[in-house]
Amino acid sequence: MSDLKQDILKIYPSATFEEGETLTVNVPEADWFKFASDLKDKLQFDLLTAVVGMDWNESLGVVYYLTSTPRNWEIMTVKVVAAGDRDNAYIHSVSSLWKVANFQEREVYDMLGIKFVGHPDMRRFFLRNDWVGHPLRKDYDASPELNPIRLEEEKNEDDTRSWSLDKDGNLVCTPGKIFAEDDYVVNIGPQHPSTHGVMRFRAAVDGETVKKVEIVSGYIHRGIEKLTEGLTYPQILHFTDRMDYMSAHQNRHCLCMCIEKALGIEVPERAVVIRTMMDELMRISSHLLAFGCTAMDMGATTAFFYGFREREMVLDIFDKTCGARMSMNYNVIGGVIADLHPDFVKDVKELIRILPGALKEYHKVFSGNIIAMNRLKGVGILPKSDAINYAITGPSGRGSNWSCDCRKKHPYAAYDRVEFDEVLETGCDSYSRYMVRMKEIEQSVRILEQLVDKIPEGDIRAQVPKIIKLPKGNWYAQVEASRGTFGVYIESVGEKTPYRVHFQSPCFNLVGVMDLCCRGHMIADLISIGAALDFVIPDIDR
Amino acid sequence: MFNFGQWTSAFNNWLLGLGMADWLAVLIECVIIAVLVLLTYTVLALFYILYERKLCAWFQCRLGPMRVGKWGLLQVFADMFKILIKELISLRGTDRFLFKLAPYIIITSSVVMLACLPWGNGLQIIDWNIGIFFILAVSSVGVLGILLAGWSSNNKYTLIGAMRSGAQMVSYELSLGLALMTIVVLCGSMDISTIVAEQESAWFLFRGHIPAIIAFIIYVIAATAETNRGPFDLPEAEHELTAGYHTEYSGIHFGFFYLAEYLNLFIVSGIASLMFLGGWMPLHVPGWDGFNMVMNYIPGPVWFLAKAFFISFVIIWFKWTFPRVRIDQMLAFEWKYLMPFALANLIFMAVFVALGWHF
Amino acid sequence: MGLDHIKSMKREDFKNNEYIDKLVEELNATGANVVVGKFDELINWGISNSLWPLCFGTSCCAIEFMSLGAARYDMARFGFEVARNSPRQADYVMVQGTIVHRMAPVMRRLYEQLAEPRYVIACGGCAVSGGPFKKSYCVVPGVEEILPVDVYIPGCPPRPEAMFYGLMQLQRKIKVQKFFGGVNRKEKIDEFFAEHPEEKGQIG
Repeated sequence: MSDLKQDILKIYPSATFEEGETLTVNVPEADWFKFASDLKDKLQFDLLTAVVGMDWNESLGVVYYLTSTPRNWEIMTVKVVAAGDRDNAYIHSVSSLWKVANFQEREVYDMLGIKFVGHPDMRRFFLRNDWVGHPLRKDYDASPELNPIRLEEEKNEDDTRSWSLDKDGNLVCTPGKIFAEDDYVVNIGPQHPSTHGVMRFRAAVDGETVKKVEIVSGYIHRGIEKLTEGLTYPQILHFTDRMDYMSAHQNRHCLCMCIEKALGIEVPERAVVIRTMMDELMRISSHLLAFGCTAMDMGATTAFFYGFREREMVLDIFDKTCGARMSMNYNVIGGVIADLHPDFVKDVKELIRILPGALKEYHKVFSGNIIAMNRLKGVGILPKSDAINYAITGPSGRGSNWSCDCRKKHPYAAYDRVEFDEVLETGCDSYSRYMVRMKEIEQSVRILEQLVDKIPEGDIRAQVPKIIKLPKGNWYAQVEASRGTFGVYIESVGEKTPYRVHFQSPCFNLVGVMDLCCRGHMIADLISIGAALDFVIPDIDR
Repeated sequence: MFNFGQWTSAFNNWLLGLGMADWLAVLIECVIIAVLVLLTYTVLALFYILYERKLCAWFQCRLGPMRVGKWGLLQVFADMFKILIKELISLRGTDRFLFKLAPYIIITSSVVMLACLPWGNGLQIIDWNIGIFFILAVSSVGVLGILLAGWSSNNKYTLIGAMRSGAQMVSYELSLGLALMTIVVLCGSMDISTIVAEQESAWFLFRGHIPAIIAFIIYVIAATAETNRGPFDLPEAEHELTAGYHTEYSGIHFGFFYLAEYLNLFIVSGIASLMFLGGWMPLHVPGWDGFNMVMNYIPGPVWFLAKAFFISFVIIWFKWTFPRVRIDQMLAFEWKYLMPFALANLIFMAVFVALGWHF
Repeated sequence: MGLDHIKSMKREDFKNNEYIDKLVEELNATGANVVVGKFDELINWGISNSLWPLCFGTSCCAIEFMSLGAARYDMARFGFEVARNSPRQADYVMVQGTIVHRMAPVMRRLYEQLAEPRYVIACGGCAVSGGPFKKSYCVVPGVEEILPVDVYIPGCPPRPEAMFYGLMQLQRKIKVQKFFGGVNRKEKIDEFFAEHPEEKGQIG
């Protein structure tokens, strides 16, 4: 860490550091953009991991988590306090440096009302255009009179706003348009069979060719981050299962890890192995669903049923041990909630026996099909540099030949003692992303094979205090969820309830590349690109 | 072999014998035939809906409808009652006349085609010397209905669906026509009854061997595209355009599209069986007289239906197996591969016939 | 009692029959003549056995609904498998997942686009009451705030068996309804035009 400190002092001598879990730099707003571009260009912090909007009561601000892939995935934190008064708080946008910041900053604007100077399109992201207030502010007025359930249609907002500073330091708004006057805009969603939930795309088309895609999100924004602020730590756990319901175990694992890290709890060995196995089972279930949905979105309905056939086996395992097929609520702070079902080992072995044959069948039915290959190959190209810039992790990032597996980069749980390969594909297209998923099922089976006979005996849960209070500070934990790196940020002021919880979901970034990937392709490709990226909408909206 | 024509002419003579005027007899016969055709149409369509649902369940390791009636046999009747009383939604901004006209155009075109199919010896409603030509002409009227439906709905999805369907059906009609033309060259007649009669010694698929088999394959592919079924179901493209050209239709108007889709499947299968597999003609092997005798005991309609159902089975199998193609791939496939191939095959067949290489 | 009968499932298996009984009582109070009654029965038999769902799901429940269609549970057995993507052709909408403020008008519009007779099932805790997100600033606390709901299926997410139970309850409810003089669209249209005379001729 000290190396990094020296390097930072070289590019920014007046940096003030803060002790914490990672190296934290406090930067005033005026220096932020210059510092950010130096971090990216000189210190190779090429990955913007998380953007957390904060309301510290006396000031608003943003906490940035940056990762440098060449520097062995070292993470650092930058805290920027917004300039201007509360109504006109602003921070320079970094969306020109890291494209992933584009939507992240829109989210922060929506939730906290911080305007990002130089951002091309500063509109609300999750909430209705006519929403009053910014919910994540501590002084937000939640009275239903201000924001009743409005049943009148929401107007399409085609006007963009871009803020800049004039000579006197006042904010100036430059209006713009998303679509040209004569664009033929096709609305896809929010209720559409292939958007995997309630996502809405507005696509400007020329004949069948897509010219531009605008993403309208927030149709399932449930305000989880605000809800967590009023609940105790054990109470907030269940939200994670309902964000990306196809990575329920991993997400909850991440939140538990973050809290355990803050409390300094050592998780018993048995729980660690159980968690790892559950994560991998969840990954198998998720990838099987992804296979089925990709096939179904492209019209091969039967393949979908084949995927579900094997998925039921995984769900049975969950059902027996956790008591539910979905939303398992299995991980708790310090371990897992219940011990394994006596059939667990037998069932997992049966799954390990069945899956390789099933995968062969899938490849026969779908992957090897000439139509499927023509539909997926060369479609939705996402080069590696863009994948990093847009922070596309998980199978989609690895489909662009970017080694980004959190299980390898920051090993957690039992991943450092099992052997598995990080699947990489060089095609950078939809087919590569699809194939990464299929091959990852094999790797998950491999991990399960190594662990299934070596589940250690012992406690399933560590001793945790009755009332969980995190010490003052902030923590960030990451796991490899089914769709990419899932991060949890917790800031605590020493209370029973967290001061701020932020979930950095992988799907949020995935949807950000839809426009990039779809341009120049056809409407049918928009569907297949979406299917191959495999986003889960409640994970985006949270 | 039993000729159904004896019955019909006997009935005609009986009517005239009652002292009826010619026109009245014809009118009565027409009404009876119309009722019969519509009944057949409905029954067949309902059967096909169940057939596909059961088959698709079978492909997907499921059971399919089984709770309503024995083995789910009454399922389609429940669907029919439901769809009959379902509300017909009228929409603001649609072209009302065309919107309501479109389903009828589609249903009319498929009823007329149904009338052309020979079910047995003499069991045929429209039979004239340009039968095949007539079928092809009528089948292209159906696309008008789809275009109108898509256009008049005032919806972007339906419009895209209709445009896709227009491009698709106009393109694939070429291969379809050329494949049928190959058989017309072999047979030397466009008359449906002659075509079937010609296949008494052996079906055209066997008589014309190589070019006939190629034509058969081209026909099945083109027919799949003509009926808008997977992998060519772009006009409906459930996962892209919600329901394609009939997105805005509800109730029985949607029911018409639904029925016509299934009946078109039967019709293209029927034409395939008629042109390639001998229609109602039993399986005959030249020289095996005893075998041929036995085969003759199975009535013509059974042969015809069995062949049609078999080809439908193949087309349904396609639908539930293959992913959907993209519009540019679909057009490229037709214009770059299928159509030139069909043309070459036609010439090939002409050479075969000229040199007498067929059986 | 025979009206709300479901094949191979005993009446006692449904447990809470008071609701259906009350419905039958109410309907019997108004009375119907024999011919109309028989037609009603036939139509209700048709509707209840051919419930085509609208593909609509916002979160986890939608995945369980997919399982309902997949091979193990196979809702095709009851004739429910023809999932329509166009609301015009669907019979019921199963609200699977949370409805938030931004989605509320869309949901309402979807409901209005459904062709009569149409039914709404609130599936899962979120649709029933807002579920774990009830206290959130932008969650609709139960879909009944914006739509008339026919059947509630609790669970988070409900198991496919629970969804079947809910669908069968809907079937029973349909079997005792009155198509003539109740859920008939024609009467509703007349009512609408009586209220909005200026719309006449606009919609045809």
